[in-house]
Amino acid sequence: MADEKKPGLFEKGGKLYWLHSSIDAFDTFLRVPGTVTAKGAHVRDGIDLKRVMIMVVIALVPAALFGMYNVGLQTSTLYGLDWGFWHMFWYGLLRMLPLFVVSYVVGLGIEFASAQIRGEEVNEGYLVTGFLIPLIVPVDVPLWMLALAVAFSVIFVKEVFGGTGMNIWNPALVARAFLFFSYPSSMSGSSVWVSKTWAGLDGVDAVSAATPLAIAHDSGIEGLSSQYSFMDMFYGFIPGSTGETSVVAILIGAFILVWTGVASWKIMVSSLAGGLLIGWLGQLAGATELPCYYQLVMGGFLFGTVFMATDPVTAAQTETGKWIYGFLVGALAVVVRLWNPGYMEGMMLAILFMNTMAPLIDHCVVTVHTNRRAKLTA
Amino acid sequence: MSNNLALKKGLNVPVKGEAAPVVIKTVSPDVVAVKPTDFTGLVPRLLVKEGDAVQAGSPLMSDKMHPEILFTSPVSGTVQEIVRGAKRKLLAVLVKADAKQEYVDFGKEAPKSAEATKELLLKTGLWGALIQRPYGVMASLDAAPKAIFISAFSTAPLAADVDYVLEGALEDFQAGISALAKVAPVHVSLHKGESAFTKVKDAQLHVVSGPHPAGNVGVQISHLSPIKKGEIVWTMNPVLVAAFGHVINTGKLDLTRKVAVTGPAAGKIGYVVCMPGTPVKEITSVDADVRVVGGDVLSGENLGADGYLGFFQNQLTLLKEGTEREWFGWAKPFRPKVHSSSWCYFSWLTPKKEYEMNTNLHGGPRAFVETKCFEDVTPMDIFPIYLIKACLAGDIEKMEKFGIYEVLPEDLALCEYVDPSKNEIQAYIQKGIDLMIKEMA
Repeated sequence: MADEKKPGLFEKGGKLYWLHSSIDAFDTFLRVPGTVTAKGAHVRDGIDLKRVMIMVVIALVPAALFGMYNVGLQTSTLYGLDWGFWHMFWYGLLRMLPLFVVSYVVGLGIEFASAQIRGEEVNEGYLVTGFLIPLIVPVDVPLWMLALAVAFSVIFVKEVFGGTGMNIWNPALVARAFLFFSYPSSMSGSSVWVSKTWAGLDGVDAVSAATPLAIAHDSGIEGLSSQYSFMDMFYGFIPGSTGETSVVAILIGAFILVWTGVASWKIMVSSLAGGLLIGWLGQLAGATELPCYYQLVMGGFLFGTVFMATDPVTAAQTETGKWIYGFLVGALAVVVRLWNPGYMEGMMLAILFMNTMAPLIDHCVVTVHTNRRAKLTA
Repeated sequence: MSNNLALKKGLNVPVKGEAAPVVIKTVSPDVVAVKPTDFTGLVPRLLVKEGDAVQAGSPLMSDKMHPEILFTSPVSGTVQEIVRGAKRKLLAVLVKADAKQEYVDFGKEAPKSAEATKELLLKTGLWGALIQRPYGVMASLDAAPKAIFISAFSTAPLAADVDYVLEGALEDFQAGISALAKVAPVHVSLHKGESAFTKVKDAQLHVVSGPHPAGNVGVQISHLSPIKKGEIVWTMNPVLVAAFGHVINTGKLDLTRKVAVTGPAAGKIGYVVCMPGTPVKEITSVDADVRVVGGDVLSGENLGADGYLGFFQNQLTLLKEGTEREWFGWAKPFRPKVHSSSWCYFSWLTPKKEYEMNTNLHGGPRAFVETKCFEDVTPMDIFPIYLIKACLAGDIEKMEKFGIYEVLPEDLALCEYVDPSKNEIQAYIQKGIDLMIKEMA
């Protein structure tokens, strides 16, 4: 089907040359390019970025599916609607669909346009970013805000640096940070986490449904355990951003990522260790009553650890650097949670901060290594 | 004395079409090409003209800068054609072989000093066989190498089995080693297990094990005796060491060798006895849409069906051109015909399987994203991605820091193979090396 479009029209000099990146993207989406090796190794591994990226999307699917069910579950429970399982899931699916559509249409549109401007092939990075963004925002976030955030993040965090592989910060997180700071009333508080749009609840006042983090922040562990048990949080039957609630679903994704080698297990393990350590110290110091392992199952800690901190582009690239980077992500996230009056959740800013620091970590690791080598070979 | 070196990192690329140790034919070529392009850093000066009669061992050309460095004809006959390319660049000297071979007599005397060894190498045209590191260029005349390294095995995909190739030529090999040992200490690396080379004298032996690129001499050097700034190391291909020893033992230059004809698109797989410069078509039949690689699939040279076997090559790999476009390739859960070292595919289920690989790139070029895979296939004490980026940036200081002295493109060929972003890493490294040569000269 893509065959007829190929000759002439979209090639250099053709009438529709300005579309060639887009056509090429669709064409190679359907079929492996027929390019043969020109220089260097004559045979190549079957892996390409499309495969790598689709692996991450597959790893996100359990979290997304559970999240859709949970959207319905929260609405049904809090408003006393008494829906069945499929009703809940269907409601969540319908609520999430527009977010995905907006995220992909806006994001990919900009990606295609900028690939065209640069005269390059369209990068696959947005396949993942576009899937992540709807999972880390409140489900009722107005679509125009989402579109704005996506556009901001894709243009100013990714494309101005040169596209996938060149960016300093994780674009999905920056989109969230953009919303968080520009439209705080739609992004935080206790009334944004449970969807009521389209639930036939037009006249009903929004029910307050705070996330476990907020409850623990305000009324400690007693307040928390009166509403949610540890297992509720572990399975994910709690309010929160769509993708982040279920530890089980995220762990399935983590397993896929580690198994395929797409994400670094070192970052995941060290981030958990960092979170646990600071959580434990915080408990000792009296900053919180929560046992340290609670920190891992609440809020976006695990989702951030597994899917955001491990982004190979924005994380540390040296293996030693990954241990340090991951540890500091986890530690900083819990530090923000425990020792500041304003924000309940620290994962987003911890990761963005460590994204900024990752090149410095790598620089130190590499310098230590080259100095040692220089001594050896001097 | 022998040292053990066990390398863990690396990857054996499972290409189909390994040659069994059987000679399938012997080729006495009608025409032989001597290609100055085989020697990195050579600016050739022609010493013959069309119609001249030559013997096996007669000089055909020399290095313009160092006229002592000669390049000789592997056969006796008449110079048939001087092949030139763009800007009259000398591409090859074609020699039509006589029916009866006559050899220049180099005298059957083992060199007694470093000078004598060097002189014999220069006279016979085997000086070019010495490769100098850093940078992998032809050895310079005034260099004082700290050691000469010879890897007596290869781990490259489908590489010729050196033990088999040099079967019966062990005396020649020993003579070559003994002569080279006069110039600098010789190190010979052997693979683990049975090897005829364990009896080699006048050299320090090292037993090396591990997946490719454990057999690459550069990888071995970086572990056994890392090259410091200002140091020089020479390396030599074992087949050419034996050819040099043959000159010492018989007085004749005879470059005839066993060449492994391999690869998924090779009609008949096995060893062919022939000499460098033999036309590819005389060695094996080549179908349309087949690429003939002189050397292995990772860092060999695209010879073309009308090409000639190179001076250093003792392997031909035939591959189908992968122009066919697979529907939904990247999205299919299983692709049994495509190998991937990444666990994103399921090649790990069939670790013993050999693949009918072709030259398809399996993707489009992208920026670096996933780079841990480079470290997994580079058994050297370097950060491949940092070195690659330093080369791309042309930053001399960083290239030095990150180990440009220790690598040749072939040592990072596996990074290029596994890279999901399909970067031309060997070309980047070569670009860095070229810049170093230019700036440090």
